[in-house]
Formats: sequence, structure tokens, C-alpha cells
Amino acid sequence: MGYEAWILLTGSLVGISCGMIGCYLIVRRMVMLADAISHSVLLGIVLAFLVSQSLNSIYMLIGAAVIGLATTIFIQWLYASGVPEDASIGIVFTTLFAIGVILISLFAKDVHLDVNHALMGEIAFVPWNTIVIFGAEIPKATATLLGITVVTLLFIIGLYKELKITSFDAALALTIGLPVTFIHYLLMTMVSLTAVGSFDAVGAILVVAMFVVPGSCAYLLTDRLDAMLAISALVGVLSAVSGYYAALWWDVSISGSMAMMGGVIFLLTWIFSPRYGLISKWKKSSTPLKEQEG
Amino acid sequence: MEQIIQSLLHDSNTQWVVLSTMLLGIASGVLGSFALLRKQSLVGDAVAHAALPGICLAFFIIGEKQFLALIIGATVSGLLAMYLIQLITSTTRLKQDAAICLVLSVFFGIGIVLLTKVSQQSSGNKSGLDDFIFGQAASMTGSDVYLMGGTAAVLIVTTFILFKELKLITFDPEFAKGIGLPLGVLETLFSTLLVVTVVIGIQAVGVILMAALLIIPSMAARYWTDSLGVMVWISGLIGAISGVSGTLISTLGLGLATGPLIVVSASCMFVVSLIVAPKRGMIAQWTFHKKGIAAKTTGSYRKEGA
Repeated sequence: MGYEAWILLTGSLVGISCGMIGCYLIVRRMVMLADAISHSVLLGIVLAFLVSQSLNSIYMLIGAAVIGLATTIFIQWLYASGVPEDASIGIVFTTLFAIGVILISLFAKDVHLDVNHALMGEIAFVPWNTIVIFGAEIPKATATLLGITVVTLLFIIGLYKELKITSFDAALALTIGLPVTFIHYLLMTMVSLTAVGSFDAVGAILVVAMFVVPGSCAYLLTDRLDAMLAISALVGVLSAVSGYYAALWWDVSISGSMAMMGGVIFLLTWIFSPRYGLISKWKKSSTPLKEQEG
Repeated sequence: MEQIIQSLLHDSNTQWVVLSTMLLGIASGVLGSFALLRKQSLVGDAVAHAALPGICLAFFIIGEKQFLALIIGATVSGLLAMYLIQLITSTTRLKQDAAICLVLSVFFGIGIVLLTKVSQQSSGNKSGLDDFIFGQAASMTGSDVYLMGGTAAVLIVTTFILFKELKLITFDPEFAKGIGLPLGVLETLFSTLLVVTVVIGIQAVGVILMAALLIIPSMAARYWTDSLGVMVWISGLIGAISGVSGTLISTLGLGLATGPLIVVSASCMFVVSLIVAPKRGMIAQWTFHKKGIAAKTTGSYRKEGA
């Protein structure tokens, strides 16, 4: 596979895994939590580096999962002690992120772990850093993302019903004895893993765009969860691919351009969505009430 | 420590930087208290991220790093982001958190795209726009510092003049309307004050962490009091201390950006408040429990805190 193909594949995998997880975040109203986790994951990566003294992605994934869970628990704990939810999120992730940035500047400046890279990713470098798996040479980041996408798919297919019920009717889920809290933390772990896996490709801030934009588009297009997951993955791939070509065209940051194209797709969906778009809304409100009822 | 005292005593630029970050800390502490009570804490986060494209566009138009122009650009795109969040929330079935996140990440993406264009144009990072991401108060000079400090002072004074009105629209908008206050005007005014606070703080604290300066001091202050008047003072004080200590530590020459240091200072004061504040603090709550009083009202706290 050529250089370009690897980049497109990597971006698309980010779009698929983040897009599908993002659907659950949107219907569960937990998008800000994902925003918080994708920031604080930076601290996890730095700590993993400081402890293991290597940039091995296994350590990074473990570090990120631990800090991701810690973020969720801290937020939950502050919330339970009376701090409003948005404020608890704001306090926890900014603090952890700030500590991460300070640690990088103090201890990890000379290694391949600079802050800009962590924030914006460097998908253009992905194809050069390869490993050999089953005799085939594939880029490290792509391999990690492939693994994460498979895990995400297994997670969603395996726990489809459980996720659906806990997302849409938490009270029912509790009554029929589903482990609601466990599923919540499992989902948050998936968010941290996906965030750190996408880190190399799109960076900490723009992974948020991949979590929220495709899911939001899908949410405006359909009422069915399975369709929403599929549309969201598709929009994720679309913004990654169009973002890459737009970046080539203007010679700008690829990850930034992916987020921007996601924004463009959202704008189009917002205006033209047949069910919830601005135009259909405007048409509905201008048709007489009787017709609507009939 | 000696180094800090030296530069504080002898370097007039440091003195001015410290004074303006102090004013910035007070302004964001004060306005952050209102934002917190109006449940708008994270809107500040979106505005700060969204300021980045405005800053880059202003740079494109002016062609140099002129602080006033950058501030105007940032304010315009910050206000646009705020408006878009409201528009998305009111015209679609997306909730506010999704709308905030969406606007924040897309605007930031556009900002990064423009930033790469800017650095291509101005051969390397000479533009210094990178400082806007994490904040570098120590590198600010002359007129930028006066502008930041002066604007912060104006924000503080405006808030205190309008204190009663802002308090009313925060706690009882219906009543405010009833006694004939121009609700719409005041709401817009408050949003503008908030956006301007975020925007002037960006060069010192950076777009990513600016929101922390609105949220953390005010939440820390909330632990000490139930009165808005007192809360605003404490919050301003905590903001001021964090601004000053963060700036001073970053002048030590360890290559640390100001923003993260300011945030960590504020967080330390938050943790102290969380533990020792009378009545609401953890120690107070814990001893309260030991005595076996009001187990019902604080039950949930104990369960989670244990």
C-alpha cells in the first residue's frame, strides 16, 4: 500500500471507531466527558513515558486507560460532593491537562513527545513508523487503530442490547438488573482507548471533533440506533478522507482540516436533513397546521 | 525564590506583567462566579478554543502580531461560537453539551488549519501565534501588557457597577423582567463581558486552559460562602493569586508556559478549599458526620467520599 493509502486508512479508522463510540456519548449526553478524557489522556501518556521510559504504544494505552478512568471517577466524585457537573468536568480535565503539559516541558522535552504533536497529531508521519505483523509491514499507528476498531466493534455488537437500554432508559436498565455503572465505566474506558489510539493520527483536541461531529450528523438524520451507528461511521470516514484532500489542496494541517470538513458536513446536515434540518423545519412551520395533522 | 524577588524588584516589565495577570485573575474570578451560577462554565471553554481562528484571521488581515487586532478577531469569532451554540441547541435536538463540543472542536480545527497557513507565510514561528495555545505571559511586552491589564480593570469596574443587575438576572430573571430591567440587553452584555475576559486572557493562559481560570477560582470560592457578594471577592482573590504565582514561576526560565502553571496554582487552592472550608469542606463534613447529625442530608456525600 502506498503512502497516501495508509494515511487515508488511518484517518478512516479514527472516523469509524470515534464515530461509533460518539453516538453513545451523544444519546447519553456525555460528550463533555469525552472532551475531558481526551484532554487528560495527555497526562496518561506522559506518565506512561516517565515510568516506562519508552514510547511503546502498549504502555501508552495502559496509561491512558488508567488516567481516563481516574478522570471519570474524579468528575463523578466532585459531582457527588455537590459541584455542578459542567464545573466538575472543567476543573478535573484542565488540571490534569495542565499537569501533563508541565511534566512534558520539564522531563520529556527532548524525546519525540512534544506538546504540539500531542495536540494536533502528525498523521503525515504515520506511514513511516512501521512494524511487521504476520509478515506484512504496516504502520504502527494504523495497527493500533485497527485493533481498537475491532475491539470497538466487538464491544458494540457484544453489548448492543445492554448499551441501548442503559443509554435510552436507565431506569428500566436498573430494574431488569443490568450493571449500569459497570457499563458506564466500560464505555469510558473505550473512550480513553480510542482517544489514545487516535492520538498519533489526529491529536488530543481534534479527536474530540471525531467523537462529536459524526454522531451529531447521524443524530439529525435518523431515529434508529443501528442506522445512527452506520451513518456516524460513514460521516467519520467522509470527514477523514475529504479532510485529507482539502489539506493537500491548501497545504495545511491534516488533522485540523479533518475537523474542519467534519464541520462542513455537519453544516450541510443541519440545513438539509430531511427530518430535522432547518429547511424541513421551515417548511413544516409554513404549511398550515391542518395539513400537518392529516 | 531569589530569582523571582530579583525580577520583581528590578524588572519593570515583570512588574507590569504580574500586575496585569493579577487584574486578569480578578476579572475572570469575578465573571467566572456569575458564569458558574448561570451554569455557563463550559461555554467559556468553547469561546476560548473558538477564538483561535479569529486570532489567525486577524493576523492574516493585518499582517503582523498586533495585539488589539488579534483581540478584536478573537472576540468576533468567540461571540460567533457562542451564538452558534445557542442556535444549534434551539433549532436541533442536540443538547447543549454536544453543541458546545461540536463548535469548540470544529472552530479549533479551523484555527489549526489557519495557524499552519500563518506559519508558512511568516517563515517559521516568527509570528509567535503558537504562544496563544498555551499562553506565555512572560513574553508579553509594553503595550500588550497595558492593554490586557487595562481591559481587565474595565471589566472589573463594569461588573461591580452592574453587580445588582447581574445578580438579579442570574438568580431571578422573571423578577428582573418584572421590575423593568432590559433582560436581553443585560444578557448580551454579560456574554460580551465573558467573551472579552476569555479573549484578553488567551495570550497569558492559552486557548486550551483559559476556561479553567473562569471555573476553578469561582468553584473554590463557592466552598467558603453562600453569598454572591462574598463569593465574588474570594474568587477574584484566588484568581489574582493564581495569576501572579503562575506568572512568577514561569519567569524562572525553566521553559514552562504560563497557562498550565496558573491553572495548577488555582487547582491547589481549589483542593485546599475542598478539604478545609468551613461547613462544606471535607473535614467539616466528616466531623459533622461523626457527631451523627443530619446523616440524611449528607448521606450521598459520605458514600462517595469514603
